[in-house]
Amino acid sequence: MKRILVGIKRVVDFNVRIRVKPDGSGVVTDGVKMSVNPFDEIALEEALRIKERGGAGEVIVATVGPADTQQQLRSALAMGADRALHVQADGVIEPLVAARALLKLIEREQPFLVILGKQAIDDDNGQTGQVLAALWNRPQATYASKLELLSDTTARVTREVDAGLETLEVDLPAVITTDLRLNEPRYVKLPDIMKAKKKPLETLTLAALGVEQRQQLKLVRFEPPPQRQKGIRVKDAAELVEQLKKKGVL
Amino acid sequence: MSARVLIVAEHDGAKLNVSTAKCVSCARALEGAEITVAVCAADPAAVAAQAAQLGGVARVLTVANPANTHAVAAVLAPQIVALAGPFSHVLGPSTTYGKDLMARIAGLLGAPQVSDIMAIESPTRFRRPVYAGNAILTVEAEAGVQVVGTVRMASFEAAQGGGSAAIEKAAVSAELPTHSRFISVSAAKTDRPDLQTARRVISGGRALGSAESFKILYSLADKLGAAVGASRAAVDAGYAANEMQVGQTGKIIAPELYVAVGISGAIQHLTGIKDARTIVAINKDGEAPIFEVADFGLVGDLFQIIPEIEKLVS
Repeated sequence: MKRILVGIKRVVDFNVRIRVKPDGSGVVTDGVKMSVNPFDEIALEEALRIKERGGAGEVIVATVGPADTQQQLRSALAMGADRALHVQADGVIEPLVAARALLKLIEREQPFLVILGKQAIDDDNGQTGQVLAALWNRPQATYASKLELLSDTTARVTREVDAGLETLEVDLPAVITTDLRLNEPRYVKLPDIMKAKKKPLETLTLAALGVEQRQQLKLVRFEPPPQRQKGIRVKDAAELVEQLKKKGVL
Repeated sequence: MSARVLIVAEHDGAKLNVSTAKCVSCARALEGAEITVAVCAADPAAVAAQAAQLGGVARVLTVANPANTHAVAAVLAPQIVALAGPFSHVLGPSTTYGKDLMARIAGLLGAPQVSDIMAIESPTRFRRPVYAGNAILTVEAEAGVQVVGTVRMASFEAAQGGGSAAIEKAAVSAELPTHSRFISVSAAKTDRPDLQTARRVISGGRALGSAESFKILYSLADKLGAAVGASRAAVDAGYAANEMQVGQTGKIIAPELYVAVGISGAIQHLTGIKDARTIVAINKDGEAPIFEVADFGLVGDLFQIIPEIEKLVS
């Protein structure tokens, strides 16, 4: 069966106002809404659309994270994923560790396509897809805004790059990372949430996969960013231009 | 032991991107750093000559290969890895080119990557934004471990010229994959300044209402010698091209003057403009969050205000 593997991450919801803990050890997550990383939802939506068009037989979602991440896996199953793989791990999971775990799952499941978000909106690292493609020795097409499967062995990907839109052709299997405009993820309907409870969710551990949870970068301190001074209101265009000239920026 | 830094040059085959000069400035924050720039191209001579002039660069390594005609991360990464052995730090720009490439290099090296370096405190200690810039994180690598990094463009000035580094050809015998093939790149040609380096930027949001309405921004931008950007909402609505997006997932910029027109100011957008020296907000909603960060706020109808400003500066 042709499979697509989608990687997801549990993150603080994008609407939450982030507050740094007074002791600098992290940001406040107690009682804060957690969600599937928005870029990963786009990845899942793309996989589901490919399956619905007959391009794949099964969509598997996978994550590396703490026990609570099962909530996000259930959301992904409710969206339409067929089954979920949860590599349970606490503490900091660096991109290299996440990628090594995903590679083990790839070896087991043999997907023809792996789709991930281009970055997680918590650590903003933007590395896991590329690191995974490197370890797997397969193509990567990052920042995808369009994905076309040309045949069983090749895909054409439109990428959002600084210069505009780049088109890349890659052999399959390949790793794709998603940008915002690839698609708009569907809303989950209540009956799907009920159905998702019966879908298979397998729990694994890093140790069972033979992956060591190394942390190569110590998180020394979190700080709030410097605040900009609140400015002034001007009454009209003339006053604005005058102020900007006075400040020497016009 | 002082740092030995390898910087992966960004270029279009003829011209060195200013992002490389910013990486040089970042590397120079490491005391006594010996800086090498790697130029992978089909014919690297012209780009290497430009890199050699950057102040602080000791050496330029060139890798000539027809496979490097277009930058494809999967093709470039093994070549950089072949050069990376002697270096303590391997840096590239936090542009789409660098973000795509450097993490692949980190994966091949099994090295930790520090993304979006905004400050280097020591050879092992770096500061970077997380949570869309709502927190600044200091990270520390173990001493003696090779570190890969991407350099946040808004945090560094471009290194000046005046250097005269030695240019050396490097022989790289890495096997290059053929599984990833560049087809094309499409970009609107514009005479306006580049968004990422422009001293003045005018951005439009959803309130512009159409691609047609963006013309009033282009017109003012041309008077001011400014680049034109857009909010995610405006790009999603099709009013502006994707490469114009400013924010957490678009471009992060630090112009001297940023004018936000009809942009409400979602945190993801504010992330992209926090380092601007002066921020102007023009919006009909006086409660819009953009006014929280603006140095000068003007509440009113942008379709009246923008032409008025244009008249005043003509």
